[in-house]
Parts: sequence; C-alpha cells; structure tokens
Amino acid sequence: MFPWLTVLIAWPLVGAAVVGLSALVRRRTGPAGGGTGLARPLALVFSLVEVGLLVGAFLAFDTGAADEHQLGTTASWIPQIGTSYAVAVDGVGLLLVALSVVLVPLVLLAAWREQGHDEVRLRRFVALVLLLEAFMVAVFSARDVFLFYVLFEAMLIPAYFLIGGFGQGPGRRRAAVKFLMFSLGGGLIMLAAVIALYFLAVSNGVDPSRAFLVDELVAVDLGTTAERLMFVGFFIAFAIKAPMVPVHSWLPDVAGNATPGTSTLLICVLDKVGTFGMLTLCLPLFPEASRWAAPFVIALAVISVLYGAVMAIMQTDLLRLVGWTSVSHFGFIILGIFTFTPLGTAGSSFMMLNHGLATGALFLVAGFLVSRHPERSQKIAAYSGLRSTTPVLAGTFLVAGLATLSLPGLATFASEIMVLIGAFGGEPAGSAAWTLAAVPGVVLAAVYVLLTYQKIFTGAPAAGLETLPDLRVRERVVAAPLVAGLLVLGFVPSLALTYVNAPAEQSVAAVTAVDVPADAAAQMGSDK
Amino acid sequence: MNDVIGLAPWLIGFPLIGAAVLLLGGRATDRWGHWLGVLASGAAAVVGFILLFRMIGTPAEERAVDHSLGTWLSAGGLDVDLGLRLDPLSMTFVVLVTFVGTLIHIYSVAYMDHDVDRRRFFAYLNLFVAAMLTLVLADSYLLLFVGWEGVGVASYLLIGFWDTGRPTARENAVAAKKAFVMNRVGDMGLIAAMAILFATVGSVGFADVLPAAGGLSEGTATAVGLCLLLAACGKSAQFPLQAWLGDAMAGPTPVSALIHAATMVTAGVYLMVRSGPILEAAPTAQLVVVVVGAVTLLFGAVVGTAKDDIKKALAASTMSQIGYMMLAAGLGPAGYAFAIFHLLTHGFFKAGLFLGAGAVMHAMGDQTDMRRFGGLSRFLPITWITMGLGWLAILGIPPFSGYWSKDGIIEAAFIPVDGQPWRAWVFGTVAVVGAAITAFYMTRLFFMTFGGRRPRWTENQHPHEGSPLMWWPLVFLGVGSAGLGLVLGIGGTFTTWLEPVVGHAEHHEPVLPVPVIIGATLVLVLLGAALAFRMYAVQLVPEEAPRGSFLTRAARRDLYQDAANETLVVLPAHGIARLVQVGDRDVVDRGWGVLPLAVSWFGAMFRKVQTGYVRSYAAGMAGGVLVIALVAWLVVRLGAGLGGAQ
Repeated sequence: MFPWLTVLIAWPLVGAAVVGLSALVRRRTGPAGGGTGLARPLALVFSLVEVGLLVGAFLAFDTGAADEHQLGTTASWIPQIGTSYAVAVDGVGLLLVALSVVLVPLVLLAAWREQGHDEVRLRRFVALVLLLEAFMVAVFSARDVFLFYVLFEAMLIPAYFLIGGFGQGPGRRRAAVKFLMFSLGGGLIMLAAVIALYFLAVSNGVDPSRAFLVDELVAVDLGTTAERLMFVGFFIAFAIKAPMVPVHSWLPDVAGNATPGTSTLLICVLDKVGTFGMLTLCLPLFPEASRWAAPFVIALAVISVLYGAVMAIMQTDLLRLVGWTSVSHFGFIILGIFTFTPLGTAGSSFMMLNHGLATGALFLVAGFLVSRHPERSQKIAAYSGLRSTTPVLAGTFLVAGLATLSLPGLATFASEIMVLIGAFGGEPAGSAAWTLAAVPGVVLAAVYVLLTYQKIFTGAPAAGLETLPDLRVRERVVAAPLVAGLLVLGFVPSLALTYVNAPAEQSVAAVTAVDVPADAAAQMGSDK
Repeated sequence: MNDVIGLAPWLIGFPLIGAAVLLLGGRATDRWGHWLGVLASGAAAVVGFILLFRMIGTPAEERAVDHSLGTWLSAGGLDVDLGLRLDPLSMTFVVLVTFVGTLIHIYSVAYMDHDVDRRRFFAYLNLFVAAMLTLVLADSYLLLFVGWEGVGVASYLLIGFWDTGRPTARENAVAAKKAFVMNRVGDMGLIAAMAILFATVGSVGFADVLPAAGGLSEGTATAVGLCLLLAACGKSAQFPLQAWLGDAMAGPTPVSALIHAATMVTAGVYLMVRSGPILEAAPTAQLVVVVVGAVTLLFGAVVGTAKDDIKKALAASTMSQIGYMMLAAGLGPAGYAFAIFHLLTHGFFKAGLFLGAGAVMHAMGDQTDMRRFGGLSRFLPITWITMGLGWLAILGIPPFSGYWSKDGIIEAAFIPVDGQPWRAWVFGTVAVVGAAITAFYMTRLFFMTFGGRRPRWTENQHPHEGSPLMWWPLVFLGVGSAGLGLVLGIGGTFTTWLEPVVGHAEHHEPVLPVPVIIGATLVLVLLGAALAFRMYAVQLVPEEAPRGSFLTRAARRDLYQDAANETLVVLPAHGIARLVQVGDRDVVDRGWGVLPLAVSWFGAMFRKVQTGYVRSYAAGMAGGVLVIALVAWLVVRLGAGLGGAQ
C-alpha cells in the first residue's frame, strides 16, 4: 500500500524547505534592483503537485469502504510515551484533506501581489502557507490522539505568524495574540483530557505502546464521570476552534485583520478541526457523554447560528462580516453532528467541505474588491454602484454570496437542508424545537448577503471608484474552481456523499449503540 | 406517453442551456443572445405541446407519469431523485409557462431593444423559465424547492435588473432584496414542512407523501399544511407576506408580466393544490388557507382602487386575483380545479394586461402615472383592443375567460361546509364583493389610460404602436383572454382534465341557487364598472391626485403594510440585533476576564520580540512549551487520579 497521506504531508514540508533554501539561488534582479524571487512560483508549483498527489489518493481510496480509515501509515513514534505516527482517513477526513490541498494553491495565487516586493517577506509568507498545509493535512489524518494534539497546537505557529506578521489590518498583532490565547487555552484543556485518556486506557489493560491510538481507545470503557470530564476537555478545545458562541470572540478580529487568504485557510479549513474533532473524536471516544451533553450542545449550536447571522448583519467591515457568517454556519454543522442522525451527520460532513468552498470564495473575492480600493478600505460603506464598473467581480461576489445563503442548486444548499431535515428528527431532547429555531437563520443569511451586495454593487458608483478594473485573469482563475465546485456538487451531491454517508452511518450507530443511564443527570449532580 | 417522455427533461434543459450560454458567453453573445433566449424558450414550448397532445391522447387514468433521471441526493434514509412528475396539473403549468413565456420573450426583444444589457436580461429570463419548470415538474418537495428558490433568485435578478446607472437604481435593488427576503420568510415554511414530513413519513417525494397524508395525525397534517401555506404566502404575495409584490414592479415590464403576474406568483396556488391530500387531512389548515385567500383578495382589490401607477394597480390586482385562487385551493376538491383554471386564464389575461401596460409605457416614454395618460385608444388601437379583452376577462363578463374560472370559484365559495354554515355566507360574499371592487379598479385603469377626450400627457408625447414583435404577443394573449375560458370551461372540459390529479368532487349545492349567484355577481360587477366609468371616463381626471378620503389615502399606501412591517418586525428585530451587538462587545468579548490583560502583556512582549531574532522566537516558544508541559503534568495527575477513582 502506497503511503499516500504521508506523502501528502511530507510534500508541502519539502516545499517549505525548498522555498527557504531558494534564497541561496543567485538570481538576476530587475533594473530597479527589486525582484520578487522564486519563492512564489516555487510554492505554487509545490502546491499544484500536491493537488496531483491528492488525485492519486482519491483514486487509491476505496469508496466502497468509506467508513474505514485508509491510505494510512502506522509507525511507532516516541515509544517511551507510547505514541505513534498513525495517519489514515475515512471519507470525511479525505474530503477535508482535499479541501486543504485545493485551497492552498488558490490562496497563493490570490495573494500573488499582496505582500509587496520584499523578497524575504514573500519567502517567509509562502513557506508558512506550505507549512500550514502540511499540518492541516496531517491533523485531518491523525489517528493517534497525542499526534492529533501535537498537530492541533503546531498549526498555531504558522497561523499566528500569518495573522500577526502578514495581516493587513491595523489590529493584526492583537488579533494574532487573541487567536493564540484562545487556541492555547483550549489546547491545554484538551491536553489534560488526552493524557487522562491515556492513563485510563492503560489502566483498562490497553497495551501502553498503543494507548494513544483512536482505534484502541474507542473500545475502552471510561466510566461515566471520567468520560464526561474528558468529553468536556475535548469539546471546549473544539468549540473554540469551531468557533462556537460564546468562545468565538477571537474570530471576527482575525477575519478583520488577517489577509483574506489567511482567513480562508484559517476559517475555511483549519477551524474545521473543531467540528471534525467533534465528529471523529468526541463522538466515538465519548459516546455516552456526547449524548449526555447533546441537548446543551444543540442549544449552543442554534444560538451560534442566529447570533452569528445577526452579528454579520450588523457589521460595517466586509471581512469581519464574512467571519461572522462562519459562526452561523459552524452552528449548523454542530447541530447536525450532535443530533445523531445519519442524514444530519452526513449533511454536516458535506457542509464542512461546502462551507470551505463558499466562504473561501467569499473571502477571496472580498479580498479582490478591497485590493482595488485606493485606500484598501474594508468598510462596506466605502463602496457603491460597482456592478456597472466591475460586472464580473460583482457577479462572482453574488454567486459566492448565494452559495453562502445556501441557494438550491449550489452545494451548500444540499448540505444545509440535509442538516435541517435530519436534525429535526434527532434523538436528543429538544432536537425538533431547536432545529426549527435555527431555520430563521436562512432568512438572516439572505439579509446579510443581499444587503451587502446591495450596498457595494448597486446604486450610483462611489466617488473615486468609477474606473476600477474588473477581475484579472489571475483572479478569475482563483474564483472559477470554487464556483465550479459549488455548482457541480450542487447538481451532483452524490460525488461527495459517497465519501460521507458511510462514516455518518457508522458514527451515529456507534453513538446510539450505548445506553444512557436513565438517571444520568441525577448521577452527574450527585458526583458534584 | 412513454415514447415521448424522454423529451421531458428538455423542457428544463433548453432554457437552462440558454441561460448558461448567455451568462458565460458574456459580451461575445450580445449580438444574437436575445434570439438564442427566444429559441430556448420556444423549443421548450414545442416540447411542452408535444407532451400535452400526447397526454391528451392517453386514457385519463394513465396520464400521470413519473420519470426519473436517477438519484440526486441520497443520504441517511432520504432518497431524492432527479424525478419529474408529468400529469395534467404539471402539464397545464408547462404549457402556460412555456407558451406565455415565449410570447414574452419575443415581446422583450423589442421592449429591451435599446438596453445595453439585453443579453443579460434574456439570460435571466431563460433561467427563470428553467427554474419555474423545475418547480412544477418536480416529483418531490425537495426538488420543487430547488425550482422554488430558483424562481426566487431569477425574480431577484430581474426586479433589480436596473440596479446601477439610473436615478432609481438603489430603490430597484432594495425592491429586489425585499422580494427575496420576504420569500425566504415563506421558504422557512417549506423547509419545516419537509423536516416534519421526513420525520413522520420518511420521505419528501410526492409518490410517498401524498398517499400517506390520510394516515397522518390531524396535528401533523395541520402543522405541515400551515408550513406549506406560509411558503405559498411568500411566493404568491398573500397576506401577511404580500408587501414585496408592489415594489417588485421596479423590474422591466415583461418581467412583471411573466414572473409577477402569469407564473411565479401563482406557484403558491400550485403548491396548495399539489398538496391537496395533506390539506384535506387538516380542516383547520384548510380554513386558514381560505381566510388568507379572502383577506388578500379584498386587500389587493382595495389597494388597486387607489393606485395611479398603472403597474402597481395591476400588481395589486394580481395579488387580489391570486387571493381568489388561494381561497379556492382551501375549499378542497371542489375548489382545486377552479383555482388552477383561474390561474390559467389569469395567466393569459394578466400577462396581456401587463404587456399592454408595457406597450403604453413604451409609447409614453416610460411614464407609468395613469393621471398622465388618457385618450390613448386612438393612438394605440391594438393595445387598446387587446387590453380591452383582458379588461372584460378580469371583470368576469361572459363569455370572456375570467367569467368561466372566477364564477366557478365564487360558486364553490358558496358551498356549505358541514358544521360551519357561516363559512359559505362569509366567503361567498367576500368573493362577490371582491368581484365588484375588481370591476371598479380595472375599469378605472382602463379608462384612465385609454378613455377621455382630453389627454393629460406631458410635453412632447407622440404615442404610437411599437414593433410587430411587441403587438403580436398582445394579440395572442388577447385571443386567449377572450376565448380560452369558453373553450376549456364549457361542459367542464378543464375540470375533467384535472380530475386524475385532484380527484372527482362530489356535487354540492351552494347556499344560494346558482343563477342567483351568477346574476348577483354580474349586477355588482356592472355597478362597479359603471361607477368607475362615471368617475374616470365621464368626469375629468385631475392630473394631480386629489387628497381623497382616509380610506383612499390608506389604500394608496398599501393599507400601511410597510409601516406595519416596519413597526412589528423590522424595528424590534433591529433592537434585538443592537442588543446582541452590544452584548457581544461589552459582555462576551470583555468577559473573557483576564484575557485583555494577558493580551496587552503579550502584545508588549510581541513588540519587543518582533524586532528580535529567530533565537528569541525560539526561546519564547521553548518557554511556552515548558509552561504547557508543566500544566499538562498537573492535569495528568488529576486525570490519573480520576482514572483511579473509577
């Protein structure tokens, strides 16, 4: 078996190293003495080859067994503490790996002119992006809890520098630190749970050299109280990542201050670790605790849906607005996961992919818009009437916006309706009522998308913006694959559902197989 | 039927391809794009007629055919095909949409002649036709919803078609957004209905849901029925979601004719009739449907009497006429056939009236104020005659189209319901009174535009008929307005045609003898028309609107619908949103206790570190790892302790 995932992880690392070393290559510089160097083209080539490797991985993946973890490698890593390098993906993991791999070249291309002409700075930027790519692929593949944790934290390093060092907002450093603090805070709580999990597994007779492996841990009976505590540990970390109200506060600051490309990688891909972790770690490792917590989680998820949408409507900054829409969408994803229905779970898995395409498109196109403004203003009020001057930009923005509001015919609709229809029939108490409470989110989505479009693109052109150039070829190349993906998956959702249906069935079956003690709540109370 | 069924997907395919080519082709297709649009719509119409004639030649009980193109969405027990349901109900719509749609495409070639964006206009029209046909041909609620929101987005794009480069650009864009958002309010109902159906029946396909409707508990059926009604109210501009339709007149007039009169806005009625078995299992929901229809038909009629803008008057009329259809749809099998029959005849005469209004506007330099028309019959004879036919049709004067369908609804409204004798009297009376008011406002419109010896035009008006591309569609629609009702109504042809879908309605006697109902209705209609004739043809029409009574002023302002929405919905919602915003900033964000302190501390560190070297980064990181490890160790002890406690 060819170790596809290991190759997919290693290749961007090689890329980052090569980009770093490209500084050593002597190059003729332009007449002005400034050059833009080899870094960008090199990084782009590496990321495109990575897409080729991804195709190989897809071909090797057996869709008939999409609920099994495939394409993997397992090797002892640090035997002293029993942790392994274990990577493998099921269908859901593979789609998220794909999302990461596909978005990176688009982000590199979108940011082509963004970081100026300072060669060193450019080199660092693209190397960080490639480094982040490797971590993202790895974290969606990790099948060892300790490895997962290490990657979960390691991702913060490139992300932190991308926000704080390369962002375009005045508050970028503060936003980067805020991001770091929230993430580290969650990570620490998770670390405690990870280690506790290890000790419990060992005390339950699991071979210490395998006691971090997810496949081993799922079989361990943790005991009600411990399981719930560990669930909470993992869940808080994931909720911060996801981001879920009320631990979302870092997100709008990041979205408003990072570059749109960074936001795309962070919010459209990296944050999926939160919901991905809930689905592939919380549920299988702590099934009983997941059911115990579900009513509370569902409530928070629906609050996130509405809260994020309302906040999006109130924004005056375009990129912060896009950030808030994600709070709303992540709420839908979590709702689908914690109502434990095959339909809702499949919908949530599918939505993790679609949100990445739609919101990625929206972030990047918004970035194209901002880059055209003489002062690079992110204020919505700084624009108006641009449809007549930049029709293609307007059309692309509208399509991305319609995807964000889940218009039928686009992929986002299929996943959102799956979540809503599925979640309504969920088992946890209050599923139906909370699902209905989330439905107004679709109206709010129409408001925040169309209101923004109206302000920016309709009416009389704003002074000084009458002659903005329309989307360039490079920018069209960035937007086209995302729009095409949304359309194709909207018309033929089965292309993606093939990968998520079986894992969804399996994860729901695993959760609903355990019995929840009738007096669980009372017992929990007495434990305190 | 089966030998031509393979053609059915092309009904959607042709216009969809047309839209795709025109949108992706860009400026390169400007020169011939409009003809491609006409061709795509025309091809769909040809396919529609082939299928219709083949269906007519098929025995009645074999006319309903489900045709699947394979799985669309399958997950977790939900299986939805790309499936089309061809039956007399959907074919009625197919013919209406493609035939009237094609006429309007042809008309638009001339109407949009001077618009630089004509190609884009045709792309959206094609998109609309494809979505509308998806809506009516879908064999499941989920696929219907694709068409449902598809027509919504086409409507959005077309209402806001002139959203830049005109003085009214921003208003047009606001109107487009308003339509989409209010439609989405309704769409929540369809989403909820699908969720309930999947939870109870396990499917959202018509073939599973409708036969099972009788087995639903009354509570479930009522919930589903009311959710579907909410959706229908949004799409069909029924009370209380009616406020978007008047503003939607911001779109080019062919759009108003096709989307906001003949087809899309009647989709709510289609949804009700299609879901008949569910409504029949929920008498309460049925009653609400009837009430909504009755309220809207009066609401629209009253508003119509006060509008001076010819398009807005017609929009109010559309709302009112759909109210009739909705009322009929709530009456059970006795009403379904007439709801759809009126939908069909209305599709013809209202499209004709709108296109006629467009021809008038075209001739008068885009003037829409009827107080600035008058005496146009001599200058626009074709428009005058064809609009006259539409006028007689909507009044319900026999033998014109509207008589056959509207009279059926009025009679059905007078049929008593077991245990609720008041219903027949209340709804029957509303329907008759509505007919009288309709006669008033339509006669007003007709004579303000064409009648009177003294024109009230602005300077330099030289009205003349437009190109044949514009008046031929008027002629076709005029003929339909005149004769369609007679052809399909006499001997109950249309009712029989729909029977395989809506079932056979047992004959019940209305609370009044039928001749009395017909006679009384006609008398009231003639009175309404005579009053309007006296006020707007005999007496002079002032160029400035008189102040009017309180009711007139209220009707002019759409009975304060926008003020009501503003006060009851928008302001409270905005208040809540402000509260959330302040709460997020001052409670949630600040509430992260120590964080701001830590952040500023880190920020200070960062500034020092920023200018430093890789070494100091590394040191910082190592320090961080050390802290993490320390905390981890403590937590490990705790974790181990917990583990031991088990």
